[in-house]
Amino acid sequence: MKKLFIKNGRLLDPATGIDGKFDIVIMDGRIASMTPPGKGGKDTGGEGGEGGEGGKGSEVIDAKGLLVVPGLIDLHTHLREPGFEYKETIESGTAAAAAGGFTTVLCMANTEPVNDNGSVTRLIIRKAADAPARVLPVGAVSQGLRGKVLTEMAELKEAGCAAVSDDGMPVTDGGLMRRALEYSTIFDLPVISHAEELSIAGEGVMNEGEVSTRLGLKGIPNASEDSMVARDIALAELTGGRLHVAHVSTRGAVELIRAAKKRGVAVTAEATPHHLTLDHGALKGYDTNFKMSPPLRVPEDVEALRKGVADGTIDCIATDHAPHSSVEKDVEFDAAANGVVGLETALGLVLKLVDGGVLELATAIRAMTSNPARAMGLDAGSLKVGSPADVTIVDLGLKWTVEPSKFRSKGKNTPFTGWKLKGAAVKTILNGKVVYSRAKK
Amino acid sequence: MKLEKKDLLGIEELTKEEIELILSTAESFKEVSERDIKKVPTLRGKTVINLFYEPSTRTRTSFEIAAKRMSADAINISVAASSVKKGETLKDTALNLEAMRPDCIVIRHPVAGTPAMLAGYLDSAVINAGDGAHEHPSQALLDILTVREKLGRIEGVKLVIAGDILHSRVARSNIIGFTKLGAEVRVCSPPTMMPPGIEALGCKAFTDMDEAIKDADVIMMLRIQLERQKSAFFPSVREYSRLYGLNATRLKKAPKDVIILHPGPMNRGVEISPEVADGPWSLILDQVTNGLAVRMALFYLLLGGPKPNYPRERRKPDRVSFDEGDAA
Repeated sequence: MKKLFIKNGRLLDPATGIDGKFDIVIMDGRIASMTPPGKGGKDTGGEGGEGGEGGKGSEVIDAKGLLVVPGLIDLHTHLREPGFEYKETIESGTAAAAAGGFTTVLCMANTEPVNDNGSVTRLIIRKAADAPARVLPVGAVSQGLRGKVLTEMAELKEAGCAAVSDDGMPVTDGGLMRRALEYSTIFDLPVISHAEELSIAGEGVMNEGEVSTRLGLKGIPNASEDSMVARDIALAELTGGRLHVAHVSTRGAVELIRAAKKRGVAVTAEATPHHLTLDHGALKGYDTNFKMSPPLRVPEDVEALRKGVADGTIDCIATDHAPHSSVEKDVEFDAAANGVVGLETALGLVLKLVDGGVLELATAIRAMTSNPARAMGLDAGSLKVGSPADVTIVDLGLKWTVEPSKFRSKGKNTPFTGWKLKGAAVKTILNGKVVYSRAKK
Repeated sequence: MKLEKKDLLGIEELTKEEIELILSTAESFKEVSERDIKKVPTLRGKTVINLFYEPSTRTRTSFEIAAKRMSADAINISVAASSVKKGETLKDTALNLEAMRPDCIVIRHPVAGTPAMLAGYLDSAVINAGDGAHEHPSQALLDILTVREKLGRIEGVKLVIAGDILHSRVARSNIIGFTKLGAEVRVCSPPTMMPPGIEALGCKAFTDMDEAIKDADVIMMLRIQLERQKSAFFPSVREYSRLYGLNATRLKKAPKDVIILHPGPMNRGVEISPEVADGPWSLILDQVTNGLAVRMALFYLLLGGPKPNYPRERRKPDRVSFDEGDAA
């Protein structure tokens, strides 16, 4: 019997409201017990018990001074495999996830071929079978991401897809989005919206405003996102489908989501660490590492997103981990690909917001554990006796500097190079197995 | 005195004193072009590459003649902007050119920020000859020189820049340059061609042409790209011309001694009528003459004397480290 004993840690599980010192015993990949230090009974494998410190073959982690949380869940990862393995593979992407404290990632469908049928879904799941993070594919809404014909959602669900999305591309045709939201109700599959009205975004490459004017780059106004979020909320209201709005970046979208939730619409939303920490002023040096979709907005938008996460309007913090190679990024600004990597910096950036008083620690952890699980209907994101032992151990005091060359991700495209952060995952445990340990300096 | 810079990427990065230095140097070089033998040995042995990703006969020729009048060797390279596709990137091109040890690369590119990117990779001086809708610093310098010659000052001058402000690098460089020297700058265009937040650059925005020019000292007309009509920036050339074109009738609403500039090439009969373009108010050809002097001054100030060792930030690609060692 494989045993793991995590002792003396501060357990924080926002889903159950637990915040205190607990010893956790893990047996055969599942949580066997959670008890106050030294109180574990024989049966549950407390200290001295069968599964505890004294037990044969047990591994002990002393989490004294450390924070123990449910394994982090990222609703928005691009693993790039199949098709773009030079940017990232399931192997390198999940290694990055584990290093960032994530035990579950949802990977987007814009691969080559597109994940719009069961065989691609099964391929991804098979390749991820031994990965250090659980991979839940997101299937496409439309065949080939072309926005014309719905995918066979029954097959996608059966093969293991956790949601559907044409992410990277909006579902431009409102009629098709309506049908997607309607049809997905059969399987209770959330529809993740990449909210962008392309006819308004035009050829924009950054936020439209004073900075784009100064730089002479074409801008994308907030209205591009706001109008699409409004449309999708109206369609969710009409159909009863489950809408999840990806990478919210505008204050208008936050307001629309807040109002929709008040009316009882089944809508959830996510914001990324980069949209919560950077604004359009960061683009002044034309560094393509700051080019992303949606673009970095103005400080008022950043403030609204922060408030949205703090009050629960924005349920989740998701990375939109989008690895690219230098072929896509080391080029002229207009030609550069959108996106930044995020799996290995997310927790540190979110803890910076906690440190700065923007978010409560429990709110931040909730946005990265139980809320993403709830948004996608996953049985995860909380630690209960009997549940799979996905656990992340965090050192809140650990100071580190963002160095892309040390990323496990193949993508080095981060806007945070050189940032000094405090707090990082020091151990990531998936199904009771330690899949990542941060090296001691 | 020298310009303490490796590159000239925009007017924004120049101080008032540096602008004055370039202008006074340009004034002294004007005389060279009036000589019978129009050549000085100042930059003998230096190599200038004109790397143009957009067709531009006049700017490229101006840089080429300027380099040759200073005795530098000028090489022209015209390329289609193709690095969007996989293959040789702009960076590859830059590093290959660098390997041939030029002293200066003059670059025009349709994407804003590209000269800045190039400057990060190169030891040679980089001069921005126009990047997207960002900056065209030598154009602004020649415009300032032209106005200063005619009016004797820039401080307090009321300048109107009219036309497609949204897509104009000339407008941005001129707004920044003229306001830096104390001029009052107004921009005038239909709202569809007025970039958001333009007033943060220090100018005032107008949509009514008559209102904008009524007490102007200088009116600078911008070339309208006729294909913008297809993108619905304006309904028709006829209506654009009626609302924003500068003809003799409209000119009567401006002060009598107003001067007219146009960075060229002009759409005669669209943004400017022939009688205005060729009339006594027009300094359009003086601009061209001054452009040559400004570019000679830039070469002289950036390339004259031994190569300085300025600290600069290079955008080197990150090297992937393989000695990770801290995996579980």
